[in-house]
Amino acid sequence: MDFLNALVTLANFVIIPATAYGAQLALGALGVTLIYGILRFSNFAHGDTMAFGTMITIFGTWGLQAAGVSFGPLPTALLALPLGIAVTALLMIGTDRVVYRFYRENKAKPVIFVIASLGVMFIMNGIVRFLIGVDDQRFADGERFIIRARDFREMTGLDEGLAFRTTQGITIVVALIAVIALFWFLNRTRTGKSMRAFSDNEDLALLSGINPDRVVLVTWIIVAALATTAGVLYGLDKSFKPFTYFQLLLPIFAAAIVGGLGNPLGAILGGFLIAFSEVGVTYAFRKVVGYLGPEDWQPEGLLQLLSTDYKFAVSFGILLIVLLFKPTGIMKGKSV
Amino acid sequence: MSDATTTPQTGNSKTLLLFALVAVLFIGTGFVQSWNTALTIFNMGLISAIMALGVNMQWGYAGLFNVGVMGFVALGGLAAVLVSSDPVPEAWAAGGPSVLLGLVLGAMTIVAAILTYTKLPAGRLRALAVLVVLIGGFAIFRTVFDPAVEAVEAVDPASTGFLGGLGLPVILAWPMGGVLAAGAAWIIGKTALGLRSDYLAIATLGIAEIIIAVLKNEDWLARGVKNVTGIPRPVPYEVDLQANEAFVNAFSDPVTASTITVKLAYAGLFILFLIALIWLSEKAWNSPWGRMMRAIRDNEVSASAMGKDVKARHLQIFILGSAVCGLAGAMMTTLDSQLVPGTYQPLRFTFLIWVMVIVGGSGNNWGAVLGGFLIWWLWVQVEPMGLMLMQGLTYFMEPGSPLSEHLLDSAAHMRLLTMGLILLLVLRFSPRGLIPER
Repeated sequence: MDFLNALVTLANFVIIPATAYGAQLALGALGVTLIYGILRFSNFAHGDTMAFGTMITIFGTWGLQAAGVSFGPLPTALLALPLGIAVTALLMIGTDRVVYRFYRENKAKPVIFVIASLGVMFIMNGIVRFLIGVDDQRFADGERFIIRARDFREMTGLDEGLAFRTTQGITIVVALIAVIALFWFLNRTRTGKSMRAFSDNEDLALLSGINPDRVVLVTWIIVAALATTAGVLYGLDKSFKPFTYFQLLLPIFAAAIVGGLGNPLGAILGGFLIAFSEVGVTYAFRKVVGYLGPEDWQPEGLLQLLSTDYKFAVSFGILLIVLLFKPTGIMKGKSV
Repeated sequence: MSDATTTPQTGNSKTLLLFALVAVLFIGTGFVQSWNTALTIFNMGLISAIMALGVNMQWGYAGLFNVGVMGFVALGGLAAVLVSSDPVPEAWAAGGPSVLLGLVLGAMTIVAAILTYTKLPAGRLRALAVLVVLIGGFAIFRTVFDPAVEAVEAVDPASTGFLGGLGLPVILAWPMGGVLAAGAAWIIGKTALGLRSDYLAIATLGIAEIIIAVLKNEDWLARGVKNVTGIPRPVPYEVDLQANEAFVNAFSDPVTASTITVKLAYAGLFILFLIALIWLSEKAWNSPWGRMMRAIRDNEVSASAMGKDVKARHLQIFILGSAVCGLAGAMMTTLDSQLVPGTYQPLRFTFLIWVMVIVGGSGNNWGAVLGGFLIWWLWVQVEPMGLMLMQGLTYFMEPGSPLSEHLLDSAAHMRLLTMGLILLLVLRFSPRGLIPER
C-alpha cells in the first residue's frame, strides 16, 4: 500500500505536471528547430510569437464567451485556437516579407538574422503588452478536473489523492495530435518532403526545382501553428503573462539544442528531458521517500535538490553538459 | 574595410556632428524639462555608454554574440554590496564561516569531479565515479551550507539577515564588479566558445537568468528581494551640503543646487572612467592585438592557419568585455545607492545595450558611446512622447471611455516598439551604424 501511495504522490506532483509541461516545451522547441533547420537561424522572437498567438486566442475566447458560445466541458480557447493560429501565421509571413526576406536574399550571416529577430522580439513584445497589458490572464473555462484528488482517494482507498486536470489532459492530447500531424506532413506529403530536402541541402534542393519561397512560407505557417498551440496550452495549464512567455525562451532553446538543433524528433525528446529534470530536481521528495522507507519514519529534510526558483538553472545545467560532451545534441543535429 | 570615398577627415567631422547633436538633445532636455532631469539621464547615459563599450568589444572586435549582459551588470551590482556595505558581525558569528566553508566544499566537489573525469580512463567506471563524487559532494555541501544559511538569515531579517560586505570605500567595488563578471565570463566562455555562435547566445542568456535568480533568492548574500539600500556613496550627500554654511550662502536655491552638485560629482567620476576606457579601447583597437582580433573575426580559418589561437583570443576578449559590463553594473548600483534584483530585466539590460551598439556603430568605440547616450536618451524620453501621442489620439474621444483609458495606460509600452523599430531600420538601411567601423 505504501508503495502505491508513493507512486501516486510521484505521479500527482511529478509525472503528470512534467508530462504536460514537457509537451508544451516540445511544441515550442519544434518551432525553434524548424526555423533553425530551414531558415538557418535561432529565432529569439519565438517566446513572443507564442505570447502573440496566445493573446489573439484569448481575445477570440473572450469574444466567444461574450457571444455565449462554449465548448461544453472543454475550454472555449480550443475553439478560438484556429483564429489565433491564422492571425499569427499572417503576422509571421508579414514579418518574413518585411524583415527576414531581405537578409535571405543578401545571404547575410546567421547572426544578422538573430539580431533582426531581436528587433522583431522587441516589437512583438511591445504589441502584446500594448494590446493585452502585462498582467496575468487566466482564460481556462469548462470542467476543471478529469479526476479530482478526493474522488481518486474514495475510488481507490489510498491515502494520497491524484488530481488530473482537464488542461493537462488537453495538453497531452493536443500535443500528440499536433506532433503526429507534423510528422505525417514532413514525411508523407510532397511539400513536407521538399521542406526536409531544403533543410538537408539547400543547393541540391534548389537544383531539383524546389520553390524556396513556398518552403519558407509553409515553414512560417507551421511555426505559427506550433507556437500558438504551445502558448495556448501553456496558458491554459498555468496562466498567460507576457514576461513568462519571454522567459520560456531558455527552456525551449535548451530543449531544441539538447535534442539536436534542426532535428524534430530531438526537439520532442529534449522538451520532455528538460521538463522532467526541471520538475524532478525542484520537487521535494520527502513524502515519496517517507512512504518507501520503514513504517512511521519521515526523512528529516525536504529532500529537495534545488528550490523552485532555480528551475532555469536546471535547463541551463543540462544545456552546459550537452554542450560540453555532445555539442550536436542527443539526436544528431545539423551542425556544431 | 574603409570606405574609399570618405576620407578620415569627413569621417571625423561626421562623428563630431553626431556627438554635437546628442549634446543638443541633453542640453535641450535641461532647458525644456529641468537640469536635474537632464543630468539624471546623462549619468545613466554615461553608464550605458560603458556597457555599450563592453558589448562592442565582444561583438565589434571579435564577433561574439553575448546576450547575457544583464547578468554581468547584476554581478557588478553585487560587488558594490559586497565591498561597500558594513559587515554584520552577528550574522558572521551565527554562520559566516560555515557558509564560506560550504561554498568551498561545493567548489571542491566540482574540481574533484573534473579531476576524476580527466584522470580516470573513459568508460562506465569513470561515469560512475564522477556521479558518486558529484552526489556525495552535493550532499556534504547541503549539510554544511543549509543550516548556516538559515542561521545567517535569521539574524534580524527585517534590517539585515545577510552577511554584509567588507565596509570598504565603494569606489573599490567598481573594479571588483569587473572581476566578478570576468569570473562568470570565464566559466561561460570555457564551455560555449568554440561552438557555433547561437550556442554562446543561449548560454549567456541562461547564465544571466541564473545570476538574477541567485540574487533574488540567496538572502544571506545580498538580502534577495528585500533589497540592499543605503549603499555608501563616493560623493557627498545632499543633506551634508545643505548643512554646510558656505554652500548654502553660495546659492540662492541650496536644495536644487545640492542635488545638481551631487549629480555633477557622479558625472565627473563616471566621465573619468569612460575616458580611461575609451582611451584603452582605442589603444587596443589600433594595436597589433586589435588587428589580430579583427583578422580572427573576419576569417577564423585563415587566422588560425597563421598560428593564432582563436579560442584563447575569443575567451580573452569575452572576459574583457564582460568585465567592462560588470564595472558599469557596479557604477550603476553605486549611483542608485541600492541593489534591487527585481529591476533587472533582460529587455532593459541586455537587448537595449545591443540596440545601442548596433545603432551607434559596431566595431567603433566612439559609435558605441554615441549609441549609449542617444538610445538611453530616447528610452527615457519615448515614454512621455508616447503619452503625448496617446493624449493627442484620445483628445477627441469621450474622456474616461475604456478605449481611451486603455490607450493612455499602454503608452509606456511604446518604448519597446520604438526600440525594435529603430533596431530593424538601422540594421536594414545602415547596417554599419551611425559611426561605422574605420
